[in-house]
Amino acid sequence: MKKLLKYFATLALIGGAFTFTACSDDDDKDPAITYTQEDQMARPAINTVFIPSGAPKDMFNETLPSAMGAAYATAFATRLDALNGVTYPGNALGQDRATFAGLLATDVLNVSLTGTTTFFDGTNVLTGRALADDVIDTELLLIFGGTAGTSNAGLTSDHVNANDKAFLGTFPYLAAPF
Amino acid sequence: MKNTTKMKVLGIALLVIVASGAYLIAADHIDAPGVTGSGSASLGSDITDVYAFANGDNMVFVVNTQGLMSPAATAAATFDEEVMLEINIDNDASKDHVEDLVIQATFKDGKVHIHGPKAPVTTGLISTQVSGTTVSADITEYGDAPVIGTAGGIKVFAGPRDDPFFFDLTTYKEIIAGTASMFDNPGTDTFAGTNVMSLVVEVPKSQLGTGTIDIWATSNRKN
Repeated sequence: MKKLLKYFATLALIGGAFTFTACSDDDDKDPAITYTQEDQMARPAINTVFIPSGAPKDMFNETLPSAMGAAYATAFATRLDALNGVTYPGNALGQDRATFAGLLATDVLNVSLTGTTTFFDGTNVLTGRALADDVIDTELLLIFGGTAGTSNAGLTSDHVNANDKAFLGTFPYLAAPF
Repeated sequence: MKNTTKMKVLGIALLVIVASGAYLIAADHIDAPGVTGSGSASLGSDITDVYAFANGDNMVFVVNTQGLMSPAATAAATFDEEVMLEINIDNDASKDHVEDLVIQATFKDGKVHIHGPKAPVTTGLISTQVSGTTVSADITEYGDAPVIGTAGGIKVFAGPRDDPFFFDLTTYKEIIAGTASMFDNPGTDTFAGTNVMSLVVEVPKSQLGTGTIDIWATSNRKN
């Protein structure tokens, strides 16, 4: 995979060099700077929870979101079964095993440009991710809580409900470092 | 099935997962060998969390890297100049999960530079830096007030921040290992008192599309 990436990187560089010689835009001193992807993330904890350690985790990070569904939906469904110790029964959002596994396998964050942006606020689901969202409780509830959200009660919340520092009301929003 | 039996079954199931090699960190901190250095160090290319939330007519994107930093280690922490952070945006009607716009951040000589949002030069695992620089700012140093760059309606901040992520990871690991059967109440935030290197970019929504977009962040090493 790495070798293949390098090969493509070289190709891209060569392609970029040609572009450069043909480019007359003086503002762009080096338009051929290319980079190779190392990490990918959207929803929290997806790679860490659902992908076996070692090489598969790197592979997930180097899989394009457009290819993730086909590559990982079945494995995610199996993982949901394993986590529950029984065939995954579905979740409180009304999603069955295949639907939830398919949703998680394509690791993108759905973001609303018009409404409330939150991972889950009791009303809106997967419309963004705010700093204060208790994303782990949401994921635990959907993974372990069953269709009514009441199964495995000891596993559906970690009982850490907020950050250890208050967020700022203005840019850059995150609290100063410790 | 009785509850205790159920928990035992669950414990066994989780144990099997551990044996099969699924090791949980969280949220995406040191998630894979390729972004983890010696001594489990979270590298400059290790994305720990991604946030996207509205502020009025603007959308705020946060991409955090280099998780689990102690305060003592934070003053010396820097962004990797060989690493470009990219926010990928799929804003077409088909939601094909191919990026239609990218916002790229590069780090050089103590400054952060934002490129885009623009259509990507190429899609896929190889990213090409899009032309031009939208806004730049000095990277904020540890202990200093945030330095904010503003241009074209876009704001940028880059520097150390408190890790906004919270999770009782320790108890979760015990549950996975079968040495605990449930979370404690109250739990203990494993990420309390730790810092990350943060990139925060605020962009007018009008530059991003309409309706709903799908986004993901990537780290990309210079070829």
